[in-house]
Amino acid sequence: MTAPPPDAPRVATAGISWLQIVLPLATLAFGVGIWELVVRIGHLPPYVLPAPTVVAATLVKDWSLLWNSLLVTLATTFEGLALALIGGIGLAVLFNQSRLIEYSFYPYAVILQVTPIVAIAPLLLIYLPQQAAVLACAWIVAFFPVLANTTLGLNSVDRNLGDLFELYGASRLAVLVRLKLPSALPYMLGGLKIAGGLSLIGAVVAEIAAGSAGAGSGLAYRIAEAGYRLDIPRMFAALILLSAAGVVIFLALSAVSYLLLRRWHESALERER
Amino acid sequence: MTLASPTTDRPIVALTGVTKRFASGTRALDGLDLAITSGEFVSLLGPSGCGKSTALRLIAGLSEPTSGAISWSGTKPGARRNGLEVGFVFQEPTLMPWTTVANNVALPLALAGVARDVAGKRVAQALDHVGLAAFRDAYPRELSGGMKMRVSIARGLVTDPPLLLMDEPFAALDEITRFKLNDDLITLWRAVGNTVVFVTHSVFESVYLSSRIVVMTPRPGRIFADLMIDAPFPRDESFRTSAEYAGYCRTVSQALAQAMAQTVVGGKP
Repeated sequence: MTAPPPDAPRVATAGISWLQIVLPLATLAFGVGIWELVVRIGHLPPYVLPAPTVVAATLVKDWSLLWNSLLVTLATTFEGLALALIGGIGLAVLFNQSRLIEYSFYPYAVILQVTPIVAIAPLLLIYLPQQAAVLACAWIVAFFPVLANTTLGLNSVDRNLGDLFELYGASRLAVLVRLKLPSALPYMLGGLKIAGGLSLIGAVVAEIAAGSAGAGSGLAYRIAEAGYRLDIPRMFAALILLSAAGVVIFLALSAVSYLLLRRWHESALERER
Repeated sequence: MTLASPTTDRPIVALTGVTKRFASGTRALDGLDLAITSGEFVSLLGPSGCGKSTALRLIAGLSEPTSGAISWSGTKPGARRNGLEVGFVFQEPTLMPWTTVANNVALPLALAGVARDVAGKRVAQALDHVGLAAFRDAYPRELSGGMKMRVSIARGLVTDPPLLLMDEPFAALDEITRFKLNDDLITLWRAVGNTVVFVTHSVFESVYLSSRIVVMTPRPGRIFADLMIDAPFPRDESFRTSAEYAGYCRTVSQALAQAMAQTVVGGKP
């Protein structure tokens, strides 16, 4: 039988109030309107502050160039994120299985995390081909939240469940696959959400750092390039695309998290009041 | 003596001179001698801190005695028992929240490498026993506290263990649910015919369920009294309200009071 019990808590449905959509849009319209007014009344030239209409026109005019650059940056972001996911979870599992490995390497993971990526990027660009350096930057900033959160999750296993697995003679592998990883899943997904945004930041920082080298084609490189040419409207247009990409990445990862947790985890369940 | 199940009197597990001392220096158990006879429903009764849960964990093999021996029928002393011989029900339902009721119950079989189709049948049977056949695809989050505990019991029974260990399984439930589960547990025990060791701090619950009650003293845990409850099974509401039940409760309460008084005289409150 598949019928849910009658007293089952209702799983959250897309219960977003219309106010949550209308109010931020109204705020946006108001802000953009003020911006447009200030530019028109003050007769500001586009290289000082372009009007929103000019930015929009630039977005349309330069669309093919900006879109292709966005794809390049997004590819780096997702590759970095995928590597961060593999590296972060892999390292967390390794640390969890062996204290010696954890003691040997964990401090360096922290050092890598606390050293500002802007300072690492130029060095990486010297030693690595540009594409690899950009990817490495995205990975360095994105892997740590996955590692830290997964480690926390693997160590947060219910003690009694651990006893139960021991009682039934579960192997180390069975404990890892059937108990520790599922327990850690909500933590991993939390780390993934942070890592998605950070991976984009890492990619952008590396592209900006590589900008003067001139070989790049990502969106951040376009911003740097447009800056040198005082093409301020294009800088704004590229910035808007970057922000939108960040928001879309966040929403996509939130959706993944919701889909994976909606049947069982408190964070994805809506309470009926 | 009127034992409930028609079984022999050989002990299924025997603890001899078992002492458990924790790293903190606490002596949880001190020279415990306890033989569990096959087919019994034994309650370990005592205040918190009397080592009854520790004794249960030692029997389950989740902890090693500091000294003394635990021997199983048919095995050499000290031989490690097979995981499938013991079922364990914790105070909390201890279910995996990320998977269904059926998968939770199937866990012991899956860990033992039992084939999926065989496991499926046994899971269905175990869920049937606890009256949750209709909820096999539900998630633990969707069940009430009593239902979760039933799932936990089904999981304890799915391997058909000769010995079921229960650590205050109903302590967190409301009285109505608790009475219902007490009744169901008696029915289940008589149907399955296994041996149960049940830890509780409730005099009334222990008298209602048990064929034998072992009263323990706290700090260090020792056996103070070993009482047979000879009232016939099945027991039901009429037993719960009978003079006989009240009489047993009085006897056991007095034993418990003496056990605790002895501890106070011994110097450690």
